[in-house]
Amino acid sequence: MNKNPPLRRPFLTMERRNLLVGMLFISPWIIGFLLWTVFPLISSIYYSFTFYDLLRPARWIGLGNYIEIFSRDPEIANVTYNTLYYVLLGVPSGLTTAFLMANLLNMKITGRSIYRAIFFIPAIIPAVVTAMVWGFLLNTQYGAINGTLTSMGIPVIPFLTDPQLAKPSLIMINMWGQGTTIVIFLATLQDVPRSLYEAATVDGANGWQKFWNVTVPMCTPVILYNMIMGLIYAFQDFTMPYLLTGGGPNKATEFFSLHLYRNAFVFLRMGKASAMAWILFMAIVLLTILLFRTSGRWVYYGSGSD
Amino acid sequence: MTHVAVEANAVGQIVQPKKRSKRREWAERILKYGVLVLLSLTYLLPLYWMFSSALKNDMQVYVTPPVWLPNPAIWENFTAAWNKMPFTRYLFNTVVQYALPATFGTVLSSAIVAYGFSRIQFKGRDLLFGICLATMMIPFQVTMVPLFIIFKRFDWINTFRPLVVPAFFGSPYFIFLLRQFFRSIPDELSAAAKIDGANEWDILTRIILPLSRPALMVVALFTFMGAWNDFLGPLIYVNKTDQSTLAIAIQNMRNALGMKGIGKSNAYPYLMAISTIVTVPILAAFFLAQRTFIEGITLTGIKG
Repeated sequence: MNKNPPLRRPFLTMERRNLLVGMLFISPWIIGFLLWTVFPLISSIYYSFTFYDLLRPARWIGLGNYIEIFSRDPEIANVTYNTLYYVLLGVPSGLTTAFLMANLLNMKITGRSIYRAIFFIPAIIPAVVTAMVWGFLLNTQYGAINGTLTSMGIPVIPFLTDPQLAKPSLIMINMWGQGTTIVIFLATLQDVPRSLYEAATVDGANGWQKFWNVTVPMCTPVILYNMIMGLIYAFQDFTMPYLLTGGGPNKATEFFSLHLYRNAFVFLRMGKASAMAWILFMAIVLLTILLFRTSGRWVYYGSGSD
Repeated sequence: MTHVAVEANAVGQIVQPKKRSKRREWAERILKYGVLVLLSLTYLLPLYWMFSSALKNDMQVYVTPPVWLPNPAIWENFTAAWNKMPFTRYLFNTVVQYALPATFGTVLSSAIVAYGFSRIQFKGRDLLFGICLATMMIPFQVTMVPLFIIFKRFDWINTFRPLVVPAFFGSPYFIFLLRQFFRSIPDELSAAAKIDGANEWDILTRIILPLSRPALMVVALFTFMGAWNDFLGPLIYVNKTDQSTLAIAIQNMRNALGMKGIGKSNAYPYLMAISTIVTVPILAAFFLAQRTFIEGITLTGIKG
């Protein structure tokens, strides 16, 4: 400040003042984080070691819930299989279709914003409406699709009533509602520098080669981002199966999230539900770490503009 | 945002030295638009089916091949379906009790927090922001049970407080979105205001917020829509029929109409009519603020 330093540094240095004011500004989040995240997380760990039905006080049972989930719950194998099927098949197929559709939109076309709007709109429609409409649309007797097939003499497709078809049908419905992913991909594609394509053309690359050697590598960071978001979403997806199939037919769409919900709010097994939630959380964390670990091999951070 | 406006990367169209044959060009064009139109029709089909079925009577529902253009079109289905259950009450619950206060709380708190995370330099800020982002990874299911127990202790179950009160503590996703936006505002503006004696609060309310209207619109729109569409939240915390939101009411209506049998008359048309009514405001919002939607999504998505 000036040549003769004060005898005592003022208590409120610029740094301290900023810390104080900064913390004041973010305090709503800090308080909310403690109240609605940290405290519930800690109590969730505690409850996962107890038997708690909301009526009587929680009773400590050690690893009881975890042992039950891993060895005695007859549903768990089926529920895990369904969830992994849904995640491992649904996420890649969703990403692929979204990426291809974004590429289609990125071509030289007139009316791009109209097509983009059409592909995007299903993403913002209430999940309940999506469930009602698709439930009706895929109905074996009165649905538009099967009605048309029947009138053409083609046998009915039991989309939601056949245990083999129920999960693929849900995945198909999710593809209808992934406009957000398409929009993110499209914005990424539009940010790929033109010069790269021009250079590739000069080098004699055809359209296919440009797609694989320019477009795809340039989009890999965003593919990774969408993959992780899709993974997190698919693992906890609840509303659509709950409304559309209710876990059926024959428990073919009874996912981890539905089983967890039933344990908590139907059977009032709050402790077991908490343990299940932690297992779900750990599965998501592990898969995300795994993805990040392998991402070095296929994600291209070349431009490094961020 | 620029990249939305940018034309396609005219792949090979610019530097392509030799002219492609006319016939091939036409074949490509037909293929391109053919796929686009076909996909568009597929995407629109469910919505058209919803709307057209809302205008049907039972005779037009239970028939093969399916009816695509209901004749007669029964427009009274909309009012009849609305009056079948107290939907005006549910609309009030959804908007006044849930969506509006949650939107107000989210915009207000997220803007304040985002200001702290973007325009004040302090120790540990980036670490805290990292934690804030990381909380988005926590599945809803983990906090669902303990939060239910907490809200039960507070005696908040069957009120909208479990859905509205936490909104006043900032939402990580929107804090992130607003922080991205606030960071793009030049620092010189704040510095100049500080010389004029403005404190941080003045800078936020008089400079940053007025400049951030588009971003605040995104947050308001997405929060409102999130509440309008929310199903799981009200399902868990608001379990009383007269406190239903529209989303919950649709499910209750389906169950009440007994979709399993053909017995109940007009079950499908009524269900589709209510679905249409609940969807139309969303569509209207999209068409009025299309750019806001697209920019909002790319703003958070890209830099993630």
